[in-house]
Amino acid sequence: MFDLDKWQEIFGTIRQNKLRTFLTAFGVFWGIFMLILLLGAGRGMQNGVGQEFADEAMNSVWVWQGKTSMPYQGMKAGREIRFTNEDLKLIANDLGDKTNMIAPRNNLFGEYTMNYKNKNGSYRVFGSVGEFFKLNGEKMVKGRNLNQKDIDEKRKVVVIGEKVRKTLFGDNEAIGEYINIKGVYFKVIGIFTTNQNQGRNEERAYIPFSTLQTVFNQLNQVHMFGMNAIDGVSAYEVENTIRKVLSTKYKFDPQDRQAIWLNNNEENFARFQGLFKGIETFVWFVGIGTLIAGIVGVSNIMLIIVKERTKEIGIRKAIGATPWSIVSLILQESIFITGFSGYMGMLLSIALLDSLRFLIESTGAELPYFTRPEVDTYVAVSATLILVLAGALAGLIPALKAANIKPIEALRAD
Amino acid sequence: MVVLQNIHKYYEVGANKLHVLKGLDMTIEQGELVSIMGSSGSGKSTLLNILGILDDYDSGTYLLNNTPMKQLSQTKAAYYRNQFIGFVFQSFNLLSFKNAMENVALPLYYQKVPRKQRNKIALEYLDRVGLKEWAEHSPNEMSGGQRQRVAIARALISKPKVILADEPTGALDTKTSEEVMEIFKEVNREEGITVIIVTHENDVAKQTQRIIKLKDGNIIS
Repeated sequence: MFDLDKWQEIFGTIRQNKLRTFLTAFGVFWGIFMLILLLGAGRGMQNGVGQEFADEAMNSVWVWQGKTSMPYQGMKAGREIRFTNEDLKLIANDLGDKTNMIAPRNNLFGEYTMNYKNKNGSYRVFGSVGEFFKLNGEKMVKGRNLNQKDIDEKRKVVVIGEKVRKTLFGDNEAIGEYINIKGVYFKVIGIFTTNQNQGRNEERAYIPFSTLQTVFNQLNQVHMFGMNAIDGVSAYEVENTIRKVLSTKYKFDPQDRQAIWLNNNEENFARFQGLFKGIETFVWFVGIGTLIAGIVGVSNIMLIIVKERTKEIGIRKAIGATPWSIVSLILQESIFITGFSGYMGMLLSIALLDSLRFLIESTGAELPYFTRPEVDTYVAVSATLILVLAGALAGLIPALKAANIKPIEALRAD
Repeated sequence: MVVLQNIHKYYEVGANKLHVLKGLDMTIEQGELVSIMGSSGSGKSTLLNILGILDDYDSGTYLLNNTPMKQLSQTKAAYYRNQFIGFVFQSFNLLSFKNAMENVALPLYYQKVPRKQRNKIALEYLDRVGLKEWAEHSPNEMSGGQRQRVAIARALISKPKVILADEPTGALDTKTSEEVMEIFKEVNREEGITVIIVTHENDVAKQTQRIIKLKDGNIIS
């Protein structure tokens, strides 16, 4: 299969036709380079928009307890519905894999004065779990989020909002310090930020859900909870399941809209999904356009090259070259050149994208709607292969034609 | 060596059929030095193409080295060309991106002779045409006479039975024409290779043993 002599012949040709080789190689190189760069930039835009709208893009459902407004099965209206820990399990069970995050949240009624040394401020205190921030869109700026161990061991730890930190700690380090909430000391483990409610939601503190239930005497009470609907599952479907489970358990009319309060952001979510789809389509459109431009360019070069070599083909045929040996010579040379330069283009563009990403991440630069430019290796490799193949195919047809013309005609081509 | 019997060749030009060769009979023995003469349009290029297995004919018989050459596949034709025939052209037809030695060695590449060996053989043949010192030079750096000698060395390297030369002196001056003809004569004399030269120069034709004259697709003498 590997014919050293043939490759020596090919390299001889390449060495002696530097300009032609360079032009072909550069055409392919540039095609791949631009294609991957554009795909990467497109993906960067996609990621950037995704990050910008991450909160809204979560397909979430929220449930609050309420008061029945309709009589049902002989019971009067006006009953208060109160959730328990068991309800969470029931709902999680019924939803199965339609959700992968359920986060309850309780709060201490009213605002509580928190003390740190001689500083104090009044803020709302909540008990929840780590997933809550993911559902609600809060982001950690320092330290860590609440984790399962905090919940399991009912640790006395707290995650505070940026505004709380500013008031209590000012320029001092907050992480690892203890603050006093209603007479109990909690260790600060993290600081979060959010722009919801004009940033007023930063004036909050979150302690583990189990800790709040135990320490502040809300055993087996759940005030509200949120969950997500995974991709492809409608939030309304999740809502209906919840309504069914809870109305059965607490015996209220499923039509009763006030027994429990449900809220979801399906419409918002759908809008942003549409935006993402739009960007993705645009990126692919640009990518395929570039690929076609590359194919046309490479094909053109191959056509011209074969034309230019007609005389050489005639000479080779006159001294005993078979048509196939000529076609394979031209084809192998073109595949070698396009393959090599395509690979280089791919390598260089990926390197450029990676260094760009590194630059953005290491400097922490916040470009609007642009983060993490990257490209799928699979996409990059297949794009390169398509271009190389197209080049080979474009060379094949005229090469076959040239190999079949009468040598005398080829020799008189000039 | 070369036997043609009642060879007919037609070209289709639009709706018309052009009768180019009208039943040629011709025999060239091994070791002959023959020239083919004729004005343009006499059919000598067509005859040369058929002799060189570069083109097929419509009817008749062509025996080369007692092998019939009829309706060969491209691959088979390439094989016979490589084995039996050496070409020399008016415009030399050397590959400009290869040096003299590589040009001469090229037919052996298609015989799958290893590179080192074929370059060595190529040097011997270059020596024969007096161009050993020019082995590393590109054809572009050579004079017309030198290029034609390289082309002859290339034609000789595959040890052909027949050398077909198409106006080999057409692009050369008188002196280099003579040098080239000397090489043909020497090859013919010393190795017994059949040499067929197509020309319209009387000076060249006179130096051959026999002149075949073509006119309007017929041999007139």
